[in-house]
Amino acid sequence: MNTESRMNPDTSRAPVSQKPQVVNARADENAVGAQVRVSIDGQEIKVPLGTTILDAAKRLGVHIPTLCHHADLCSAGLCRVCVVEVEGQRALQASCAYPITSPLTIKTHTRKVRNARRHIVDLMLSEHVGECYTCSRSNNCELQSLAKEMGVVNFRFGQRTERRHQTDTSSHSVVRNMDKCVLCRRCVRTCIDLQEVGVLEACHRGSETTIETFRDKPLGEVVCINCGQCINRCPTGALRANDPTEEIWRHIDNPGKHVVIQTAPAPRAAIGECFGCAPGTPMTFEMNSALRLCGFDKVFDTNFTADLTILEEGTELLLRLHRALVQGDREAALPQFTSCSPGWVKYLEHFYPDYIPNLSSAKSPQQMFGAVIKTYYAQLHELDPKDIVTVALMPCSAKKFECNRPEMVDSGFKDVDYGLTTRELAQMFKEAGIDLPNLPHSDFDDPFGSATGSGVIFGATGGVMEAALRTVIEVVCGVQVENLFDHADIIPVRGFDGIRYVELPIREVGPVIPMFKHLVGDWDWLKGATLKVAVAHGTANAKKVMDDIKAGGRFSECHFIEFMGCPGGCIGGGGQPIPTSPEIRAARAKAIYGEDRSYKIRKSHENPAVLELYEKFLKEGPCGHLSHKLLHTHYTARGAFMA
Amino acid sequence: MSLKDHSSILFRESRPDEGLRKAVGMKRVDIITAVRESGLKGRGGAGFPTGVKWNFAALAQDTVKYVVCNADEGEPGTFKDRVLLSEKADLVLEGMAIAGRAIGAREGIIYLRGEYDFMRRHLEQVIASREAAHLLGESILGLDGFDFTVRVHMGAGAYVCGEETALIESLEGHRGEPRNRPPFPVNTGYLGHPTCVNNVETLALAARVIALGAEAFAKVGPASSTGTKLFSVSGDCARPGVYEFPMGISIEDLLREVGGEEAKAVQVGGASGTCVPRKAFTRRLAFDDASTGGSIIVFGPGRDMLRVARNFMEFFDEESCGQCTPCRSGNRVLLEGIGKLEQGCCSLSHLQELQALGETMQLASKCGLGQSSPNAFLSIVEHFKDEILARQGA
Repeated sequence: MNTESRMNPDTSRAPVSQKPQVVNARADENAVGAQVRVSIDGQEIKVPLGTTILDAAKRLGVHIPTLCHHADLCSAGLCRVCVVEVEGQRALQASCAYPITSPLTIKTHTRKVRNARRHIVDLMLSEHVGECYTCSRSNNCELQSLAKEMGVVNFRFGQRTERRHQTDTSSHSVVRNMDKCVLCRRCVRTCIDLQEVGVLEACHRGSETTIETFRDKPLGEVVCINCGQCINRCPTGALRANDPTEEIWRHIDNPGKHVVIQTAPAPRAAIGECFGCAPGTPMTFEMNSALRLCGFDKVFDTNFTADLTILEEGTELLLRLHRALVQGDREAALPQFTSCSPGWVKYLEHFYPDYIPNLSSAKSPQQMFGAVIKTYYAQLHELDPKDIVTVALMPCSAKKFECNRPEMVDSGFKDVDYGLTTRELAQMFKEAGIDLPNLPHSDFDDPFGSATGSGVIFGATGGVMEAALRTVIEVVCGVQVENLFDHADIIPVRGFDGIRYVELPIREVGPVIPMFKHLVGDWDWLKGATLKVAVAHGTANAKKVMDDIKAGGRFSECHFIEFMGCPGGCIGGGGQPIPTSPEIRAARAKAIYGEDRSYKIRKSHENPAVLELYEKFLKEGPCGHLSHKLLHTHYTARGAFMA
Repeated sequence: MSLKDHSSILFRESRPDEGLRKAVGMKRVDIITAVRESGLKGRGGAGFPTGVKWNFAALAQDTVKYVVCNADEGEPGTFKDRVLLSEKADLVLEGMAIAGRAIGAREGIIYLRGEYDFMRRHLEQVIASREAAHLLGESILGLDGFDFTVRVHMGAGAYVCGEETALIESLEGHRGEPRNRPPFPVNTGYLGHPTCVNNVETLALAARVIALGAEAFAKVGPASSTGTKLFSVSGDCARPGVYEFPMGISIEDLLREVGGEEAKAVQVGGASGTCVPRKAFTRRLAFDDASTGGSIIVFGPGRDMLRVARNFMEFFDEESCGQCTPCRSGNRVLLEGIGKLEQGCCSLSHLQELQALGETMQLASKCGLGQSSPNAFLSIVEHFKDEILARQGA
């Protein structure tokens, strides 16, 4: 399951100084095949050539403290906390960045090593404005833990209190407080290597070194895609999400406001981690109860609009295919790209603006829900939309930017007022004294209550594609998906491979169901066609696919491509609990697919609440007039060049 | 340029390109063997055996290899490469071509210190005239397959780029910062190819080794440190300048030659070197004793050693690349400590903590910069403790 590729040396743009490199090891008489003997604290083990000392130690159960190391990133070997003594070498070596290519004898906690580690932590503390009481990362801070682990009892080399940097709050999504930065450069590596965006870089030298954006511009003005992956990997509170909880509490406390919250699928698979549960412990129904305890007036499931998205986006795809295949329209802009991930959308707007026509015009589920709540739901409950506050619980920091996009006001109001992350909601629960894991279960509120499994799997990479295929196959082929895929699990699009490509031949077509009658007369034009789809997660993989499309490669032949801005999809979003790792994301995905299986209805086009919405409110079916007004949007070509 | 010794290797009169002409007639392995047997060690300061380095690079399997001449002479008090490049550029380029032949590289790069921009045109002229004379370019001296070109690449003023992996990062267009090692540049260097990075003086000496023969070279100086060395002598002495002496010369002998007999201390090896007090002037300048890449700074009796230490620490606080914690932050803490010492408010226990921190920096920093930056501070505190502590609580 854990095949998620960390880094591709061919395309990685990370500075070479911060990457592990290929070691052409010399054959050694003591090395058996590709294995090499290493002794760590007296225990011996054989490991494959090139294994780092840190990984070898892990296999032996020997703990070596680290800070700049992260499971998702190339190793930098720069904080030096993980130094160990290698027999025969004068200097200590950074175990995270030292590949074993010949037999080594290593000691991990000699006096020299302990002294060095203490010194290094002392030095970090001396350049860190530590405000633990008021820090969002208190009790979840790697520097704090490290200081405890090293037995730090005083600030040997002083403690910085004077502020050298202004906190950058220019971004809707990410707040940077560089006074707390300890220069581990995980954010730099995350941005340039994991995501291949490259907004952050080390600047200046010596003790003046800082992490800066291009020409030190505010984060809100550079090519940042708001994915928040840097937040998830920051060991301290130097990076955090823009927190709206105070304002949300204020609205909850105001009796004149009707505060509703929609909850995306990914947070429920992860929020338990903030309460000591193992990753992958689902909290869906406990969370509903907790949200009501907090004082939210209604609790809705974003899956409702995930299903709505499938119908709108799926219909859009069928219309584009019709234009291309039947009308021979070369401007049909295929492949169609998904548009649910606001990190990916902004990435495309910056780096591939020529491909904006390929983006589905369908809004993301979050934004669709906002528009539906302030129109349909307001009418239904005779509420004045100006008194409704819509909060969206999202695993995502980019959703904060998305809800603030100026065009997202089709209801006549800001469709979604606040994007709230999983971490922030957990904090609200804690403040309210809510013991989430031990709450009774409760369901979502009507009229959107019933969701489908298709909506739930939006939370994992490949989920949107799987949901779309379940619907498209049934609508077009007129057969049950279960006839083609056991339990309707479309396994080929699942998993953590960075890029997945699937072909689905359409052997037979069925009659046009009533919902689509206004759009097409028949599906005969699709008979014998092969639907080519692909899935990419993390913008580094998106970049590969986009470059392939630009070069006219096989992905340019695709019809539909799901892109997610974050590695692992939404379960790995920038608003999810910290820490993150491939293992943690895999556990969260398991919870998502488990919930999918538990639903009776697992296909979007069978969601009764969605059908009711079309019947009673949208009237004309998918991609009709009102749908277009409320549920679709447009994009901005931003480009990658800054003034 | 002052030449005080008759056993000069670099600056003695010699037939031009004698080494290169001999190298053309030798097998590659024999060139490396000669360099190894000469005992020649890297003149940049680290003292790694040149023959061993060349051998590693020669053994590395790749069709593309590079020879890089490290002319990023940035160590405070060092200016001998500047003299070599302006007066003996031919000899340096000869050495590069020999290195190219020895390891199987067809391309050489001179990484020239940013402040040496004025020399660029001169070097490029020498390269052009050597190409015209078939001493560079294709089929050098008529030997089929012996192709070697050289270009000049300018540094931009960062001290750390003298460190070979940071130099390679800079060559590739990145921020100059040291890489993790292993792998070493001889295996994975510039653009991922095996790269042999040698100091200017090392390359010039290698050409002389081939010309004179390993044995003649090894006869000069002690066994651990063969050959001659260029010293950049500055500070409180009557005759500062660049000198060529046999390796192993004692500090007092050198001081006598340069007119610095009154010195109270000598900084050997520049800012990253050590401070040798008068009582230890019998120490020899050699790899196994007081080692230096060439910098000799003489401090007269009136010098305030704490100011000397401050000068060096300010340099490192600024020139640390900022990558690893011990160097970036440690140098700042040591500098702050010097401030406390100057104000007379540094407790003895804090001074001991700073010394311990210095040892950690030597052990745990990522590259040679941080590993050597506390040397000056530590040696000054060790040898001039009374002078330094005289201000405390006065």
